[in-house]
Formats: sequence, C-alpha cells, structure tokens
Amino acid sequence: MRGTILSIVAAAAALSFSAPAEAQEKTLTVYTYESFISDWGPGPKVKETFEKTCACKLNFVGVADGVALLTRLKLEGKGTDADIALGLDTNLISEAKATGLFEPHGLDASAAKVPGNYSDDTFIPYDYGHFAVVYDTQTMKNPPRSLKELVNGDPAQKIAIEDPRTSTPGLGLLLWVKSVYGDKAPEAWAKLRKRVLTVTPGWSEAYGLFTKGEVPMVFSYTTSPAYHMVEEKTDRYQAASFSEGHYIQIEVAGMLKGTGDKDLAKQFLKFMVSPAFQDIIPTTNWMMPAANTSQPLPDAFNKLVQPSKTFLMGSDEVARNRQAWIDEWLTAMSMN
Amino acid sequence: MLTRAERRRGIGWGLLSLIGIGLFVGIAIVALLSFDAGNTQSRLFTAYTGRILRFTLLQAVLSTLLSVVFALPVALALARRPRFPGRVWVIRLMALPMGLPVLIGALGLIGIWGRQGVMNSLLLKLGLEQPVSIYGLSGILLAHVFFNLPLAARLLLAALERLPAEYWLLSSSLGMKPFSVFRFIEWPAARRVIPGIAGLIFMLCATSFTLVLVLGGGPAATTLEVAIYQSLRFDFDPPRAIALSLLQIGITALILIAISLFPAPDDSGITAGRATRRFDGRTWPARLWDTCAILLATAFLVLPLASIAAAGVHANLWNLATSPAFLRAAWTSFVIALSAGLLAVLTSLAIIAGRGAVADMKRAGGTARTFSISLGGMSSLVLLVPPVVLGTGWFLMLRPFGDVARFAPALVAIINMLMALPFVMRVLAPALETHRKRTARLSASLGLSDFSRAWRIDLPVLAKPLLTALSFAMALSLGDLGAVALFGSSELTTLPWLVYSRLSSYRTDDADGLALILGIICLALTMIGTAGRREAGHG
Repeated sequence: MRGTILSIVAAAAALSFSAPAEAQEKTLTVYTYESFISDWGPGPKVKETFEKTCACKLNFVGVADGVALLTRLKLEGKGTDADIALGLDTNLISEAKATGLFEPHGLDASAAKVPGNYSDDTFIPYDYGHFAVVYDTQTMKNPPRSLKELVNGDPAQKIAIEDPRTSTPGLGLLLWVKSVYGDKAPEAWAKLRKRVLTVTPGWSEAYGLFTKGEVPMVFSYTTSPAYHMVEEKTDRYQAASFSEGHYIQIEVAGMLKGTGDKDLAKQFLKFMVSPAFQDIIPTTNWMMPAANTSQPLPDAFNKLVQPSKTFLMGSDEVARNRQAWIDEWLTAMSMN
Repeated sequence: MLTRAERRRGIGWGLLSLIGIGLFVGIAIVALLSFDAGNTQSRLFTAYTGRILRFTLLQAVLSTLLSVVFALPVALALARRPRFPGRVWVIRLMALPMGLPVLIGALGLIGIWGRQGVMNSLLLKLGLEQPVSIYGLSGILLAHVFFNLPLAARLLLAALERLPAEYWLLSSSLGMKPFSVFRFIEWPAARRVIPGIAGLIFMLCATSFTLVLVLGGGPAATTLEVAIYQSLRFDFDPPRAIALSLLQIGITALILIAISLFPAPDDSGITAGRATRRFDGRTWPARLWDTCAILLATAFLVLPLASIAAAGVHANLWNLATSPAFLRAAWTSFVIALSAGLLAVLTSLAIIAGRGAVADMKRAGGTARTFSISLGGMSSLVLLVPPVVLGTGWFLMLRPFGDVARFAPALVAIINMLMALPFVMRVLAPALETHRKRTARLSASLGLSDFSRAWRIDLPVLAKPLLTALSFAMALSLGDLGAVALFGSSELTTLPWLVYSRLSSYRTDDADGLALILGIICLALTMIGTAGRREAGHG
C-alpha cells in the first residue's frame, strides 16, 4: 500500500509541475543563473525582445549560480538540452573548455569591449563588473582608498566577505589580493583577517548583513551603489575606489556543440552584444554593459567608481592554482 | 503479544522501508561514483580534513549539551504548568525556528545579538562600550541552541505528558517533595528520551552549513558538510565528496552508538487513561522558578522572531502575498511539504512496526536483532547523507530518462522526507510504544480486527502525535533550501528559494517580507500540530 501511495504522490507532484506541452516553431534553450531570469532580472525582457526577431521560442533554465551552471553541464554531458550557456565568468572558462562541450562561435565579437580587452574564440562577454568594497557612508567616514589601507586599517571597522570555496566573489577577492600582493598574500590575509567580521557562503548573505547595518563594509561590486541610487533613490551606500586598481569579473556566454540549430545559437550570441540586449543589462542585472547601448546609461552609473587599472588573471592560471591558493587562504585565515 | 500474521506483516513493512531507503541512498552513491569526473584529488585526509573534523565534533557536542541542558528545565516547567497563560502559544512558537530558512533565522539572531543588535545597544546604554561580538564559536552555539532548544523542549515535554495521570495522584498522596518527584518520576521519563533527542540534535549540528559559515567568523569554523559541498559544487569531485560523506556518517555513527549505550529505563506504566492533573509545584519558589524558566526561554525564542517580523512588516506584504511568483512558490512548497510529511509519517510507522515485531519475538535471533538495529540506525543516519550527494546522484540516474525538472518535485519531496524521518521517529516511536503496551492485551482479548483496532483504539489516542509529527515534517520541508537548490530551475521554485532569489537581486525588503509570510505559514502549521492539546489540559 505504501508503494501505491508513493507513486500517487509522485504522480500528483509530477502532474502539478509539468510544463505545458510545447509545440510550434524552433526553440533555443539557454542555461543561466537564477537571478538572470527572476522577475526583475534581464531574462523576461531579453526573451520578449529576442522572440520578436527570431521566429523562435527562447527557453531559459536557471540554476543557482555560474558555478552550478558549469556543474550542471558536466553532469548532463553531451546529452544536455542547452544550446547556450550564459553566465559563466572568466575564472570558469578554462574548466568549461576542458569539458569539450563548447564550440567556438566563429563570430566577429569585436562589438564586445571590456576593460583589459578580454576576447576569446569560444566565449563572448555580455557584461562585467569590477569587484569593490562597498561601504555605508553613515557609519564609515573614512573608507579605505587602497587594498593596502583595507588590509592595514582599524580592525574595529569590520568587513563581510565571501568564501572562495563556495562563491565567485569570494574567489574574486582571493585573486585580487594575489594580484596585488603576490607571494606576500598570506601575510596580507593574516592582517585582513582581523577586520573580517565573517566569511559567508555567498554574496547574498554578506550583502544581507551589510544592508541590515551589521557591518559597515562588504565585498561586492562597483555597480552595487547604482542599484541603491536608481531603485531606492539613496546614495548612502558607496563603493571605495582602490588606488592599486580593481579585479574584474566578466560574465560570458558560449554555444554548445550539441546544439540542434547552430545558426539560431549564433543569432542569439550576436543579439547578445547588440544594443537591444545591452540596453537591458545595466538596470536589471546591475552590471556594466559589455558593448554599446543605444542610449546613455542612467546618471547613477556615471557616479560609480571608474577603476584606474583592471586586474584579470588568465583562466588557465586560475584553474591551475586555485586549490593551492585556497589552501594558502585557509591556513592564513585559520591562524590564531 | 502479536499474532503470527501481525508479526510477519510488521517485519514486511520494516523490510520494505529498509530496502526502499537503502536503495534510494545507494543508487545515488553508485551513480555518483560511476560518473567519470576525471579530476579526482588524490589527497583525501589532509591535516585540513583533520582540523575541520575536530571543529565539527567540538561545536556539535557543545551545541547538543547546551540545547538539552537548557531545554530540560523549560520542559519540566511547561509540564508542571498546564494552565500557564499563553502556554499553547509558547509550544507553537517552539516549532517555528525549524520551519525558517537558516539564513533568515541567522539574520533574526543577528538583529538581537549582533554587533548592532538590541543586546549590544542595551549594553551601550548601560555604559559598557566594546560591542560584544557573537561571531565565532559562541555565535554558532547561540544559533544552534536557538534552533534546537525548542526541539528538545518539545520532545521532552511530550515524554513528560505521556506519564500516566496516576503517577501524579500517587506522588501527591505520598507527599513527595519536588526533588523526589524529579528523581522518581520526571527524570526517568526524560532519561528515556534524552539519548534520542541528543543524538538527533548532534546530527543536526554536525551537518550544519550556512549557520556555521555566517556566524563562524572565518574558515577556522568549518564543518565537514562545507567541505562536501565544496567538493561537489565547486570542484566537482564526486569520489572526494563521497569519501567525506562516509567519514561524516562513520564518525557520527560511532558517537550515536556511544550515546545509545546509556541505559534507558523502561517506564510505561499502566494507566486508566484519565486526564493528567498535576498537584505538585504549588509553592511560591516553584512557581517563580517555572515562570522564569518559561519566560526566559520564550524571550530567547521570541526576540529573534520578533526581529524577523519587524523587518518583514516594512515590505509591501499584500503585494507580495498576491504576486503570481509567490502564489506559485507557495503552492509548490505546500505540495512538496505535504508529500514529504505524509511519506515521513508512513515510513516511520512502517519502521516502528518492523521494530515492534522483532521486539515481540520471544527468541529473536541474531538476524532479527540486526534487522531491528539497522532499522533504528538507518532512520537516524539518513540525516547525515548530504542532500547535495543524494540530489546529484539522482540527477545523474534520471537524466537518461528525460528532463530532470519533471522528476525534481518528487525527488525533493523524498529527500525532505528522509531529512524529516528522524524527527518524526522521535515523536511517533515513544508515543506508539507506550500506546501499544497499554492496549495490546486489551485489543488481543477483545479480538478486534485490524481496522476497528486502528479506528477505535489507535486513532483517538495517536491522532495528536501523528499530527505533531506531520507538522514537524512539513515545517522542516517548508524551510529547506538545500534539496531544491540542486535542481532549482524556473519550473521548481519553493518559498525559501524565492527568499534567496530576492536576496540575490538586492531585494532585501521583499526577502524580509517573504520570510515573515513563511513564518506565519509555519505558525499555522504548528497550530495544526498542537491541536487537541487544549483538551489534554482540562479535566
């Protein structure tokens, strides 16, 4: 009897969730991260705009984040339904290529211009953001003006950071410190540790602590203040400009080998670096557009920190050293 | 005392659940192990693994001790005061922390105990300057006690309330002093359930993830669960993830075995089943002590919840609650929670039937005893199998059969069911055992059929524990993010997933509002779970 109940429950659950039957024209399936397709993310507008031009159906599948996206592709292997993977960052590219699932796009992607002139034969950038320490102007009168000042500053003024073992901003900070300090990174971490209130598993937890006023600084993006200025009409939260320069996160998309319709996939990638797509990005994904927009960005974006220098490590270098650097970080951060 | 047919059926049910759960976990592990990820790290047990193992055990042992030690006086006080004003609400609130997504609970705690929290502002006003920081081991312990003290208190209270009413009559007519009442009545009853409760809390704390990271203050505070998650989600190294999971299960099993070695006295007395009335604790000091215990525990529990509610009311609740996204997520969550809850209750009944049948054998052989022990062990240890391992394994398994999104709701429900199983067992097993002992002879002598026995004798008495168990399981499933996050896609959005999704797109207000709504839903659930308590209080 229990078996019957189990199958009834399973069947009922499956029934109530199964998507409506698909029919009609061509379909393009894009795997991405969840916040891209949430109600306020770029997803709904991107879908609407692209479907007007392609005589096709754009189907988004959202997973937790960029890392989960790559894991999902690895799990599915060659049989994946994805035509496009959108939302990996440059640190993941080497690993993504190693899966052998991606195909060079063969397009002229020169429309996409990001700081550091990143370009690749397989992945095309669609937006970017510089990492930055975001602070609360009400509690922080003298924000750090460089990474060195952050490291050596008053330990009573705390920062919330993310864990490089579980989150991409966490990995970003790790690489930033490595870029600036090189072999001296462990010493820098040992000092910075005293200012770290806590290390959260992801960006959301750290940012939540920050907006709740628990901590005056958080590790986030230069673009974070734009959200507060545009949506909440407040310039209370600002990013600190660091004199050494800022580490960049570039978000990219690529085409999968197994895609049924290469032309459609390429059409989407071209669309992605066109103004129609790029116009949507700044105020929905809260990142900088990677190509020209048809109109100037909202005023708030002009007030953001413009990094004097951009750090970006090669994806192969990151893939090779990530584990060793994380171990180094763990040791430095766990010392008493 | 069972007939041969009953015994055979009991063993059949037990066997079925043992095989079912074994297969569900086993298939996931085999699927993962047979997947060629091609990047296995050779070094499994480094000094780092040793360090996090030590920390995992340390914080789990301390959290368990604190939760149980503080829960005992609260449960004793609540049992002694069936008419304490607002008592039923205190008990209902106790089920709330479990139904909250952990991060929300953590933010609530930070609102009270954090650097900018109420407590530190109070200290500041009293002229003490340095803000007291909870980050580190103290924060982890605080959070674990917040989540687990109510659980321990509720389970202890249930054990105390199962005591026959005659005990209190007798103790009063014997003129027993409070200490004697504790020593001869309350403590034996508590001691019978404490190993089980402690084991459960220990497992919950040992596998804690988000709380440990958010409140731990740094990677020095890391549990094995974090390492497992990292090796599967970030490094995608299945063999390492499974090796670490086995380490987690093995070590915890050893500790659970050690806990279960404490002798548990058997104490279910014969009762006429009259309503319980307490005659003790009428003195002023006793009243004062109990009032303090209940009020302190309530304040400890309510303050962080109030902080969540205070943050939540800023949001536009009406708009949130009527938005299509919310309604969809609420329906999904409800269907999954109900399926998981019902499955957990049914599976627990099957396991209890299996163990009951073995216990009933006059000469239980080695096989039978092993069977009974594996049933008991399995129903606890499933909590230690990381959901990320189960989810990924089943994803690989089902992938060839079509879109996994179609199977995802059923998988999430089953994974939630496994997580809830140990809780449900703690609620149902003692209740059922006591009930069986009290009614077995009677039912046998009346020659009642199975159906009329279930309908006339079991259901009236067991309705309450069954509902409590169901609401426990449903609350747990409602608050769970872990299992969903694995499949998480646009087609499968639950309430905690929605909260996280709002947080990850800067919509903190919406997230706060949703957390409040989720809390209210859980409260409504626990009202179902505590229904019928009122009659127990009155004569």
